[in-house]
Amino acid sequence: MSEQVHASAITTKSDRVFNIVNAVLLAILGIITFFPLYYVFVVSFSDPSSYISSEFKLLPVKWSLASYKYLMSTDAFIRSIGNSAFLAIIGTALSLFVTSCLSYAISRKRLQGRKIMMLMILLTTLFNPGIIPPYLLVRDLHLINSTWSLILPVLTSGWYVLLMKGFFDSIPASLEESARIDGCNDISVWYRIILPLSLPSLAAFGLFYAVAYWNTFFTALLYINDFTKQPLQVLLQNMLIDASTAAGGGAAAEMMSEQRIPPETLKMAAVVIATVPILLVYPFLQKHFAKGAMVGSVKE
Amino acid sequence: MGASRLKQMWSGIARDKFLYVLALPGLLYFLIFKYVPMWGIVISFQNYSPYQGVLGSPWVGFEHFQRFFANPDFYTLFRNTMAINVLSLVFFFPLPILLSLMLNEVRTMVYKKIIQSIVYLPHFLSWVIIVGITFLLFSTGDGAINQLLVALGFAKFDFLTNKNFFWGMLTAQSIWKDAGWGTIIFLASMASIDPQLYEAGKMDGAGRFRQMWHITLPGIRPVIIILLILRIGHIMDVGFEQVFLMMNGAVSEVADVFDTYVYRLGVKQGQFSYSTAVGLFKSVVGLLLVIGANKLAKKFGEDGVY
Repeated sequence: MSEQVHASAITTKSDRVFNIVNAVLLAILGIITFFPLYYVFVVSFSDPSSYISSEFKLLPVKWSLASYKYLMSTDAFIRSIGNSAFLAIIGTALSLFVTSCLSYAISRKRLQGRKIMMLMILLTTLFNPGIIPPYLLVRDLHLINSTWSLILPVLTSGWYVLLMKGFFDSIPASLEESARIDGCNDISVWYRIILPLSLPSLAAFGLFYAVAYWNTFFTALLYINDFTKQPLQVLLQNMLIDASTAAGGGAAAEMMSEQRIPPETLKMAAVVIATVPILLVYPFLQKHFAKGAMVGSVKE
Repeated sequence: MGASRLKQMWSGIARDKFLYVLALPGLLYFLIFKYVPMWGIVISFQNYSPYQGVLGSPWVGFEHFQRFFANPDFYTLFRNTMAINVLSLVFFFPLPILLSLMLNEVRTMVYKKIIQSIVYLPHFLSWVIIVGITFLLFSTGDGAINQLLVALGFAKFDFLTNKNFFWGMLTAQSIWKDAGWGTIIFLASMASIDPQLYEAGKMDGAGRFRQMWHITLPGIRPVIIILLILRIGHIMDVGFEQVFLMMNGAVSEVADVFDTYVYRLGVKQGQFSYSTAVGLFKSVVGLLLVIGANKLAKKFGEDGVY
């Protein structure tokens, strides 16, 4: 008896040590992950005249909003935020509409031809025609330099349709049948029963679509040359990465040339502004991580 | 008989006309933006010229493929792709498993939530932002890391323009961005392990490490195996945006991968047929690998993805 008590006391003690070591290690990993973001934040709020780029600082020498004020006063920056916001709002709405309608239709087992439709969708997740054929298609459709070239080619995806179909599969058919007995037709079943039930799931897909649209870069690189139509990520690339070749970067060059603010604080202010919308939706995203991970783990 | 079946089919279609209307926009999307480009692949067997179109351009058979395989570029692209992916398999792949084991042992739920919120966040940042931050931290001129090195009495290091370091930088970036996110699937799998097993383990005097080793790890083994197989199935894929943004003149020899090559030669230089052939080669190998990986996953008694 006394031996048993002794044993369990040791376990709790080693347990406690384990918990502390584990918590400390996780804290270190958390700090490593968070530090770059924190550093960006500090630099972006540093006073331009007291910021010396060759000094490492954990806090701004002097807080200042100068970089933000300057960025917000440039047409190029505001315009590209507008372009990205358009994508994130209109693109997400269209993507959700198209994805949910198709997924719902193919989730109804009575639909004739659904096997062929599903096979057709599945094949697109297996085989990717590459970069050039879609590029030539967009060009032949005269969508180059059109905002629609950033939405239509990525309007939905096979993975999202199949995943959302799985969700609609889980709505019991009996619900639909009882509504039909009450005199509902297909349209009112969809509108009164299915849509309200699937709103939380639609919200989850919507958030993931919105983040993807806000982060649009590759399609813009392919399809947009006109710098007034560039989304934020392309302007950021010109500012942050391509600064040496910013002569070709149009808008960024125009922005960075005539100002007395050090480029570093300006760049980091731009990064912070581009990250804020993601931070705003982040708490809502968190509720749906499991679903997102499912998409992420099978996609690409 | 035939006529009545046809009639039945028509009445079914008439009955479900609303569903067909719902499906239409999505189906049109797949036809136009997925299947038309698949037809567009035929230009890899032609000398395509935009003026002559797909129907009018001369056929050249496998000429572009032969040219690509004979080109030293082929070896470079293949080597870089494999190097980047093997590094990712060795250094990236185990980390989410390790991290999820650690998170799973945290007993204070608030603390677990906070750590999770921090490590999941970078997943949602764009590659432009991540590469931009990398430049801020690692550039030779005034990067924070180099300032720190100098302050500590070390020499500056050319992280961004050093050929020997490029692959490592990509791996480190991917770890920062997605190692946390990768834990979700393992944590979900750990949550479904029967708690009675842990009770029994405790009764038998197993400490926390023993429980992790003998209960948690075996519990998530199927998930580890299937993710590993799928990862190998995608060994030809390297994220375009990351490599494209990190690439510079000094490292282009070790940075170029299939997609960046196709972009440069196709979109920038207009060699449409040749670059489509390169892309097709990559897609076909990728398709075979994914199908093979799924067969393998099913052999291990898992469902596979398809």
